Amino acid sequence: MAGKIIIDTERCKGCGLCVVVCPKSSIVISKKSNKNGYFPAQPVPADRRPVESGVEGAADTDCTGCCLCAIICPEAIIEVYRDQPNKIDIVAKPGKKGKPRLVEEKT
Amino acid sequence: METVFTRTPTFKDCPTHYCPGCGHGIAHRLIAETIDELDIRDRTIGIAPVGCAVLAYDYLDVDMIEVAHGRAPAVATGMKRTNPDKIIFSYQGDGDLAAIGTAEIIHAAHRGEQITVIFINNAVFGMTGGQMAPTTVLGQITATTPQGREAAGEGFPLQVSELLALLPGAIYVERCALSGAAGIRKTKKAIKHAFELQVGGAQGFSLVELLSPCPVYWRMTPAESMEWIEKEMTKVFPLGRLKG
Repeated sequence: MAGKIIIDTERCKGCGLCVVVCPKSSIVISKKSNKNGYFPAQPVPADRRPVESGVEGAADTDCTGCCLCAIICPEAIIEVYRDQPNKIDIVAKPGKKGKPRLVEEKT
Repeated sequence: METVFTRTPTFKDCPTHYCPGCGHGIAHRLIAETIDELDIRDRTIGIAPVGCAVLAYDYLDVDMIEVAHGRAPAVATGMKRTNPDKIIFSYQGDGDLAAIGTAEIIHAAHRGEQITVIFINNAVFGMTGGQMAPTTVLGQITATTPQGREAAGEGFPLQVSELLALLPGAIYVERCALSGAAGIRKTKKAIKHAFELQVGGAQGFSLVELLSPCPVYWRMTPAESMEWIEKEMTKVFPLGRLKG
């Protein structure tokens, strides 16, 4: 499952809590400062990724969209997106002898 | 792609004045999310403290007022008694609640006022420059205890939640830590429970204490201060539900 984060780098204060908490190490502190003079956090850029982390040109990072960075961000400036997860709904369907039975259905 | 996390509407979309790594931003967000989830935004009134979070009314999009230092529980008492259908919460730091406002918080809890108090404990006076607070732990270096706090001279750290949990008027007292994602998730549950009690009309006082990082006046990086909460601060302020 692939995820994506968007960090509002102009409002980031570079505290680095998201960098520590990310289980996939897919956030780094930028080398360029923002307008306020902080070095903001950003998703790992393509040239700083280890080679084995993925196919070139595929997803930017190993992000799974787990939201840990967004939960710990004191500024609440991280938005998290995730590919449609395979949701499983339990629905009632008519079974044998007309009695309803519960089945799992992927949506 | 599906959005799984975004800023909640009650937490205004503006930059905060807090230092990098401060716990106030996380606490504000948790309160804002709780208010949105319980759908009580139009009937909630918050009270901002004196301290770093004095500008909380600029960040939380609910009715907020600012009161004299430490007197939030007294004002909240009046607000709740005259407007019983409103949800009243106060947001207080340790300088506000545990130092100058100790009398107010104890008597509000003792009377069993139906208010919710969010108590931010960061073990220093943050706004005035990192002086020793009643909640400063032994050995901690602050601006006024350069050799570390000593019990012989400055006394022991004050455990307000334990004090309040003894009072019959308090129905829910819990201490949580804003350290790490797991701690923040537990904190959210505690804050939500405290608000739910008030929304449900429970007869009594509820308080959630949050151990919050102050990296600047602890003289640590934000990541180190999160570790310090887990390793040192929780020894003095044990986490868990103290009442309710």
